[in-house]
Amino acid sequence: MTLWISLIATAAGCYLLKYAGLAAPRRLLDIPWLQRFATAVPIALLAALIAVEALRGEGQALAWDTARMGGLGAAVLALVLRAPFLVVVVAAAATTAALRWWGAG
Amino acid sequence: MPPSPPPFPPNDPSRERKNVQDPDRCAYLPSVDVKAPSFLRSTAVRDGIGLGVAVGAAGLAFGTAAVTAGLSPAQAVFLSLFTFTGASQFALVGVVAGGGSLVAGVLGALLLGARNTLYGLRLADVLGWRGVRRAVAAHGVIDETAAMTLPHTDRTAAREAFTATYVVLGAFWTATTLVGSLATDRVADVSAFGLDAVGPAVFLGLLWPRLRDGGARVRVIALLGAGVALATTPLLPPGVPVLLAAAAALVGLLGPGAEPVSRPDRVSVEEGRP
Repeated sequence: MTLWISLIATAAGCYLLKYAGLAAPRRLLDIPWLQRFATAVPIALLAALIAVEALRGEGQALAWDTARMGGLGAAVLALVLRAPFLVVVVAAAATTAALRWWGAG
Repeated sequence: MPPSPPPFPPNDPSRERKNVQDPDRCAYLPSVDVKAPSFLRSTAVRDGIGLGVAVGAAGLAFGTAAVTAGLSPAQAVFLSLFTFTGASQFALVGVVAGGGSLVAGVLGALLLGARNTLYGLRLADVLGWRGVRRAVAAHGVIDETAAMTLPHTDRTAAREAFTATYVVLGAFWTATTLVGSLATDRVADVSAFGLDAVGPAVFLGLLWPRLRDGGARVRVIALLGAGVALATTPLLPPGVPVLLAAAAALVGLLGPGAEPVSRPDRVSVEEGRP
């Protein structure tokens, strides 16, 4: 039940954030610090999410998983080569699966 | 994927024209100003389908991640249908998987979703919708629709690009979430498929264009964000470290003459992921 409540809260909140943008006065975009901060927040969050999920271990511990890191290396390679998003995601999963099958991590 | 691929040869117009006669043909599309012939031949639709396939892969992964985290397939589909912004969904599910505080999970998802507010601000002028249409369109304000719509200065073209991307992606994202979550219900060992690498790979795909096009400031923010999150992960409940990392964004405010972290007018398709 608690889980459902948080799902509904997320859905409602995300919708309101989207709607606020469409409905707000556009001159908000002209406030430089607001613009800078709002652009910077996703960068910090995405970097944090990558780090935490890449090194996720049991419970709260961090752990190195060679197969998973290899998969992320493949994703980086695909991004450097400007591969489409689909290729990036599949490369990460396939490399991780292959490394695991070989017994790594 | 380039934002505006060269126009492809139009299909046989006589065949298309028959479709126009049927007024119900597009009835299922919300807030459509797009007529059948332009809809079927439109580059926007083709681009949308191209993106949709890529997003579909992420949708499969999301369905998988959600069920692995302990959500039911219904809950996974609910998120995809109503939250409809992938990074926030992955972030929330990641916290649930880690057994973290749900409040922190929701807040993290909302912070990530706040970038859609920025897209909305930029889209408002070019789309020019009011009332019910605006309320419906708001649901579709995400990375991809912004990336596909903002390059258009012409309102009709912008609306068509927005609607096509929104409808196609919405359908793909929700359908693949359903497939992914139902399939995972039957798979014993998810990690054998390397699906635990998909979440971080999705985030990486979102961050990469910002790192590439941004200056040193962007890299500092990213490094600080990652550092703060890693340093606090062993100490705090899952979800909270990622929230704390948002403080790294304050660096974006520091320093004289700080250049914009990324130019608002330069939204490329690559930037846009669900």
